[in-house]
Amino acid sequence: MADQAAFSDLAMEYMPALYTAALRMTRNPSDAEDLVQETYLKAYRAFGSFEAGTNLKAWLYRILTNTYINSYRAKKRRPEIADVEDVEDLYLYHHLSGDGADGLGRSAEDEALDRFTDDDVKAAIESLPDTFRIAVLLADVEGFSYKEIAEITEVPIGTVMSRIHRGRKALQKALYGFGIERGLVAATGDGR
Amino acid sequence: MGAHGSHGSGSDGVPALPTDGRPSGFIDCDETIERLYFYLDGELTDERRQEITRHLDLCGPCVDVYGFEAELRKVIANRCRDHVPDALLDRVARVLDDERSRQSN
Repeated sequence: MADQAAFSDLAMEYMPALYTAALRMTRNPSDAEDLVQETYLKAYRAFGSFEAGTNLKAWLYRILTNTYINSYRAKKRRPEIADVEDVEDLYLYHHLSGDGADGLGRSAEDEALDRFTDDDVKAAIESLPDTFRIAVLLADVEGFSYKEIAEITEVPIGTVMSRIHRGRKALQKALYGFGIERGLVAATGDGR
Repeated sequence: MGAHGSHGSGSDGVPALPTDGRPSGFIDCDETIERLYFYLDGELTDERRQEITRHLDLCGPCVDVYGFEAELRKVIANRCRDHVPDALLDRVARVLDDERSRQSN
């Protein structure tokens, strides 16, 4: 059993990561701050049930994710869009690598990536439906393993893999859309 | 069309890796691309991992895809960080202090 007195020393260092995730989930700073505060308070109260020596970061993310799903998403009454459009594999790579780009030095598609700003990446992630957004956040932003994500989101590992896979493809398409909109990348127009 | 749309059949002047009678432990472009995300995620067994590494050592087009996807992963991880407002740090510290004194009363 973990000692409540040690909670702050152990848990506060994860706030930047939790706040980033909260912002992507709620999509606004005021709700994100409330969500982080609620997460820390719940975690503090439940710290006695945290098994010392296990993954504290994953445990905090589990509380954050559950709190978001149970209160914030419900509060907004935003109907959950259960699915994302089917997007082809390697969507962004195919769309950014122009014809004849196989030249010397850095490739056209790698250079195109540099033009995306923080705001583009954040907006693209925030455009994903909840379940896919959470899966991609946990995998690609926080670097959790499939098994950890399965534990955090309380779904089977196969579901986790499918959500990450489809979420990433949807994210690539969203990024490309922002790139076109802002004139960062040229439309290939071939609809591949 | 090949796995990454630019080779796989020996067209475009890019020699395709042999898929017939290849020694065991060698995989083709389609299999490599199919498992690329598991590879990037570190979710493969050592044996599977080595198969992909061996393929990438020999296949330029697949290395391009791999490099792009790895770079994209970095872009996503690094370009969506937010600074925690000082007010939030203070707020959480205060809420936890209040909870502590409430519990000890």
